[in-house]
Amino acid sequence: MQWESWAAFWSMGGKGFYVWGSYGVTAALIVLELVWVFRQRRQTVARLRRGGWASGRIDGGEAR
Amino acid sequence: MLAGRLAPWCAGLAAVLAALGLWLGFFVAPADAVQGEVYRVIFIHVPAAWMSMFIYLLMAFWSAVGLVMNTRMSFLLARALAPTGAMFCFVALWTGALWGRPTWGAYWAWDARLTLQLLLLFLYFGFIALTRAIAEPNRADRAGALIALVGAVNVPVIYFSVQWWSTLHQGASVSFSRAPSMAATMLAGMLTMALAAWAYSVAVVLWRVRPMILVRERHADWVVRLLAEERV
Repeated sequence: MQWESWAAFWSMGGKGFYVWGSYGVTAALIVLELVWVFRQRRQTVARLRRGGWASGRIDGGEAR
Repeated sequence: MLAGRLAPWCAGLAAVLAALGLWLGFFVAPADAVQGEVYRVIFIHVPAAWMSMFIYLLMAFWSAVGLVMNTRMSFLLARALAPTGAMFCFVALWTGALWGRPTWGAYWAWDARLTLQLLLLFLYFGFIALTRAIAEPNRADRAGALIALVGAVNVPVIYFSVQWWSTLHQGASVSFSRAPSMAATMLAGMLTMALAAWAYSVAVVLWRVRPMILVRERHADWVVRLLAEERV
């Protein structure tokens, strides 16, 4: 084990801002991407059920 | 569809690998002799940078397949890959900035590798913007494929930039030709995180491409049937 205490773990040798800033933003982006992908899917299926895209402007396969 | 069954497994695999990788990275790997603890950014920085380059090459590959074989599916895959590639590209730049400040003294420098990686991000944005701006699917596919193929030249230049020019960015710690210049536990953590990034990308791209296929194939019998049976 590398750490003497949880406080030492969180401080990362005084560089906690840089380390946790990196991991935090990455985790947030992954969560956002997953939320976005699933919302897109729900909306696309709902729109297809309503007969969206059936006529008129073709959307180019993008789920919007 | 196979894609639908495969994606949750890949996502689960990604979660397990990420947990293992983080455990190796934070609790097994020792502090770096020179940099101390801050080097632990490496466990996301390097896998993200690898993925950002690899996904772009995949996009170019599927674009080329689409142009040559005229297959619609490959264009859709290229499109579904782009946002995830852009995400990893941004993560590589972001974590690089936060790593650069304490080690080089600057968040950003107009270094060859950094600048080209920024160009990669703009290529991703260009691809996404262009394919979304053109309403006619076939033209959008082909315009996007062109950006993907032309921009692919950038990827090997990023990779070899640290050898070709004397740059602020350090050389590769892991290469195909020689033994890695890092402790075994650090390397294990980094490679595990890279595998997690792979599995995550497969899962999220499959999830993204499925509704795109449904829209594109909305007149096909199987889509109409799936929608009617509420099985999507």
